[in-house]
Amino acid sequence: MKNNYNFFLVAVSFIFFSALNLQASEKEISLLKTNWSFKGIFGKFDRGELRRGYQVYNEVCSSCHSISELSYRNLSEKGGPEFSVEVTKNIAASFEVIDGPNSDGDMFTRPGRLSDKFVKPYENIEASKAANGGAYPPDMSVLAKARKGGAAYIYSLLQGYVDAPEGYDLDDGVYYNKYMPGNQIKMSNVLSDDLVEYNDGTKATVEQMSKDVSSFLTWAAEPSLEARHKMGFRVILYLIILATLVYFSMNRLWSRIESKK
Amino acid sequence: MSEEKYIPKSKIAQWFDSRLPLLSMAHHLREYPTPKNLNYWWTFGGILTFCLITQIITGVVLAMHYVAHADLAFESIEHIMRNVNYGWLLRYVHANGASMFFLAVYIHIFRALFYGSYKAPREMIWIIGMIIYILMMATAFMGYVLPWGQMSFWGATVITNLFSAIPLVGEGIVTWLWGGFAVDNPTLTRFFSLHYFLPFLIVGLVVLHIWALHIPGNNNPIGIDIKQRSKDTVPFSPYIAVKDLYALLIFLIIFAGIVFFVPNILGHTDNYIKANPMVTPSHIVPEWYLLPFYAILRAVPSKLGGVIAMFGSLFILIILPWLDTSKVRSAVFRPLYKIFFWILVADVLALGYLGAMVPEGWYLFFGRLATIYYFVHFLLIMPILGFKEKTLPLPTSISEPVLDGKN
Repeated sequence: MKNNYNFFLVAVSFIFFSALNLQASEKEISLLKTNWSFKGIFGKFDRGELRRGYQVYNEVCSSCHSISELSYRNLSEKGGPEFSVEVTKNIAASFEVIDGPNSDGDMFTRPGRLSDKFVKPYENIEASKAANGGAYPPDMSVLAKARKGGAAYIYSLLQGYVDAPEGYDLDDGVYYNKYMPGNQIKMSNVLSDDLVEYNDGTKATVEQMSKDVSSFLTWAAEPSLEARHKMGFRVILYLIILATLVYFSMNRLWSRIESKK
Repeated sequence: MSEEKYIPKSKIAQWFDSRLPLLSMAHHLREYPTPKNLNYWWTFGGILTFCLITQIITGVVLAMHYVAHADLAFESIEHIMRNVNYGWLLRYVHANGASMFFLAVYIHIFRALFYGSYKAPREMIWIIGMIIYILMMATAFMGYVLPWGQMSFWGATVITNLFSAIPLVGEGIVTWLWGGFAVDNPTLTRFFSLHYFLPFLIVGLVVLHIWALHIPGNNNPIGIDIKQRSKDTVPFSPYIAVKDLYALLIFLIIFAGIVFFVPNILGHTDNYIKANPMVTPSHIVPEWYLLPFYAILRAVPSKLGGVIAMFGSLFILIILPWLDTSKVRSAVFRPLYKIFFWILVADVLALGYLGAMVPEGWYLFFGRLATIYYFVHFLLIMPILGFKEKTLPLPTSISEPVLDGKN
């Protein structure tokens, strides 16, 4: 019974091993830090942040970047920006969706509905490349999970446009960014102060917009994050209570054996 | 284990049991005499059974929603994550469950190495266990391909390409494995089929593994045989069952911590980028549990040599019962082996670390060193130790040290 600490050893070695694995990639420059409300065991999204983030995505990013896995209905669902259903319907209706074919065999456009996926800026990857100097503006559905650093990476990248160092050779249509692996990025510095006008009166600084849109993209990549945190807390609490009960029952049971000398 | 013949009480049960002795089997499993000095390192067998069942149940449900097609697989995973009820939970349990499965199996294997559980009369248990382990690696590798992300695709490309090292027929075998001239849709669909099939083969082997275990009975921390059943053993139920349950619950707390709070920590970010045959990731790495073998593979300068070394490192594990010449099972009474055991643990951890690094400079040097040591441990140290080592005196029975209070 005194071997409980063995489990501690197991846990430590596991964490050690995974930490090794994590470090294992190329060394990276440290990303900008800020307070993310969704980090930690009780982490939740900040509704205001997600709503502003959607606004930044919609007014700025969406002209090149798609989010093909989000539907308009997601904007009103629990754990997301939680726009009211009416507002969300209006958002959906503000987009033209291609539907069909109709009974004549023709495609037609109609206003968007809640069930529609986010309308994409380009028909296909080739079209997006053609319009962006050969670079594909990545789909943002799981972007926050597809980059090391996640939200912090996107947040840093958006603020990482600086002048290239002396003598650095940049091609036409390529920009220098501190946080981009390899420092060369084909996306120009799109954000500038007061680029959007927030409805809630928040001042739209570059930092604020970067943070809002990074949070929004984190939610877009992981819409179940809040549900997951909530369930996780309950599950672990339940397991701890059950393990404690089992532990004492086990000791009681085994005491019979050891006393049977 | 010889046991008294079990006869059910009721007439109906007797009728049934004499035709199909399921009740006798249940009785055996319940009363199965287990050494009473087993420590918590012995609870991982139960934990592994739980892992296997969890993987199968979550996997069967995931397969209802997953689409095995190169154009749709990546999107179908997102469909599971977003639109399937509790799909995110199923997928995160399944993906991290594989890691937890391997964590448990590594502890289980190292426990057997420490306490000499692979030695006579338990060689069959060990060999079946090693076959299970190899099948687990194959299953996990193919499972990792299914999301059809960048690491899925390129991992599959690298690993299947290993077979091209085989002289003469290598290229043909690779084409046959791929079902074409590159990793593509036919590769994905056959991997899905095999990923679904192999776990059931594992279930069958687990039954044999447990069956083989129940012939000689459990080894134990002091590695000596049971002298007196009444003194040295306890019935499996409830004593060992409740201990296994407690250990499982602790294991589940760690499992849940990963699933609910850091579900992507063990995965590679590139696997959230859809597979693209035109873009090679800067650094292709397999999942963490395959890294030691990846390090061995890359330590050898020739491709064929690397493949031979990698498969060789598994093969020597299978013949381990005959490489170890020591009469004493448990490392508790083998002062020198104990030291070499921990060096081996450090060596395998080092191989895992080096497997994740780019094989250049010092990384490559240490990768080679660790690879050589791995083989030296099994092929030289283990056979020689058996003859040279002066072992400590063994206790006369299991109950003796237990009553002394040192388990």
